[in-house]
Amino acid sequence: MEETLTFITLTLAATLRVATPLVLCAMGGLFSEKSGIIDVGLEGKMLMAAFFAAATASLTGSAWAGVVAAIVAAEALALLHGFACITHRGNQVVSGIALNILAAGLTVVLGTAWFARGGQTPPLGDGERLKPIFFPVAGDNVLVYVALLSVPFTWWLIARTRFGLRLRAVGEMPLAVDAAGVSVAWLRYRAVLLCGLFSGLAGAYLSIAQNAGFSRDMTAGQGFIALAAIIFGKWRPFPAFGACLVFGLLDAVAIRLQGVKVPGVGEVPVQLIQALPYLLTLFLLAGFIGNAVAPKAAGVPYEKEH
Amino acid sequence: MKRWVGPLIAVFAVVCLGLSAPAQAQTQATIKPAIVFSTGGKFDKSFNEGVWQGAERFKKDTGIAVTEFEPSNETQFEQALRRFAQRSQDPIIAVGFAQAVALEKVAKEFPNIHFTIIDSVVNLPNVQSVVFREQEGSFLVGVLAALASKTGKIGFVGGMDIPLVRRFQCGFEQGIKYANPSAELITNMTGTTPAAWNDPGRGAELARGQIDRGVDVVYAAAGSTGLGILQATKDRGKLGIGVDSNQNHLHPGNMLTSMLKRVDVATYESFKAAQDHQWKGGTQVLGLKEGGVDWALDKDNEKLVTPEMKAKVEAAKADIISGKIVVHDYMSNNSCNR
Repeated sequence: MEETLTFITLTLAATLRVATPLVLCAMGGLFSEKSGIIDVGLEGKMLMAAFFAAATASLTGSAWAGVVAAIVAAEALALLHGFACITHRGNQVVSGIALNILAAGLTVVLGTAWFARGGQTPPLGDGERLKPIFFPVAGDNVLVYVALLSVPFTWWLIARTRFGLRLRAVGEMPLAVDAAGVSVAWLRYRAVLLCGLFSGLAGAYLSIAQNAGFSRDMTAGQGFIALAAIIFGKWRPFPAFGACLVFGLLDAVAIRLQGVKVPGVGEVPVQLIQALPYLLTLFLLAGFIGNAVAPKAAGVPYEKEH
Repeated sequence: MKRWVGPLIAVFAVVCLGLSAPAQAQTQATIKPAIVFSTGGKFDKSFNEGVWQGAERFKKDTGIAVTEFEPSNETQFEQALRRFAQRSQDPIIAVGFAQAVALEKVAKEFPNIHFTIIDSVVNLPNVQSVVFREQEGSFLVGVLAALASKTGKIGFVGGMDIPLVRRFQCGFEQGIKYANPSAELITNMTGTTPAAWNDPGRGAELARGQIDRGVDVVYAAAGSTGLGILQATKDRGKLGIGVDSNQNHLHPGNMLTSMLKRVDVATYESFKAAQDHQWKGGTQVLGLKEGGVDWALDKDNEKLVTPEMKAKVEAAKADIISGKIVVHDYMSNNSCNR
């Protein structure tokens, strides 16, 4: 009995650990998408942030400097995305993909040039990482709590404030917002900047909290999983959070079930366990999610009529 | 001013020619070695870095430059090998089993160039294949792990799930059972694609999962992924075992030992043989007897290894060399049962 309880607690802790970057990234993406700016570049922002977090932490010896650098790096890409899609009304998907490619290449090139370790940063020491606060076993560093708090914060900001109301309006019908005398571009820029902030934190979590250093492509598709979580959650903060937790739980269970004899079934083949997250994704998509409706103006650049 | 430019260029050109001519004459007499690394990257602190260390030693001893290529994905192997062969680099070392197919193709196209492949066998007259009996080295670190574990639970985290990595795991398991028949081994593989060699985040999570289940010694046989595994092991105050290169220095006090695979020696010997015109094709199998694999004991882990532990491991080593202990090779029948 006690053993089962420990197993459950530890699996839940692992779920939170794995889900943290997804949650942060999904909340960031939510702001952007709600304002009508599709963000395929979450992955790239996270990767760039992860690199600059580890590089700065390694050079300055301070984890907090790393967090700041991560946010700055992600904001820079966010602004670039905004400049292309809001100011110049470019295609949002193309810009997002371009950001991903840019981040994948630039992190390795800069990493090789600065550290000469094949794109990796030097391994970080204890002072250069965010350490667990209360439970060393669970790995509950400060960003895990930030991620948990980011969900009610996002909900409150989007659902309960004037800014949130306008943000939703600009994603559904920018013309109305414009007619009311509110700047569409400025609203969308603020949304994109919020997105940069959260994806920056997600990147910092990857390289200086969960791991000890950057290695190339370390985001490994998590930005896209966060994007999927937003769609699963039908562009609402709490359901999106739930989707992130489901992904995290599946991953944690997959890791723990490898080579374990399940009562009544025997040892489950590794391949089946590794396919589990994808199978369940398909299952959920087909059966439970129903019709997910995106903000109406998502992906459509706003052209002001004079 | 302008009329000075012409003569200046002429003088410059003559000087350049004069400088380069003797240098060229010198290099013609020597070899032009090249290395194509594996996808883990040159500085993985493990397998590739071992090859690099061997090359560095060769450079230092002979002054001959070694050309290197670090592929960013598997599709570049063939291009890289072919480009080196076209530039008549000779010999060319291909690092890692994943290059076997590409190498076989390129080696047929360039029968006059000498190739060496590490960790796989390619049966061509101009290819030297170097493979290791990793099961023997893994057996020794398994003995050590069983002796050091307090919980009787030991973890193994592999990189890509392929027979070669299963060979490490199988040797490790035999070593554990040899020293403590009641000890339990928990095995995880990081993935089924080459990306599994370069995913420290997932490696760390796998190690944490094992530690949650009571494991207190983790053997990382996973290239760059191993850095995450060993970091997670250290974060939780448990013991890690490194692989390929001596990784004891990564976390002194938390590294029980490293399973050494002397790819550095293999690299050095291959270059040296080419330089001395002694290079031979065929397959070399390097085990404990040949000094191809071993376990690491240095200042970073000497406090963790008691004299009794050391004696027991050395006894096992002597028995393997003498043939008294036969370590089963997973790849001989694709199973850990003989």
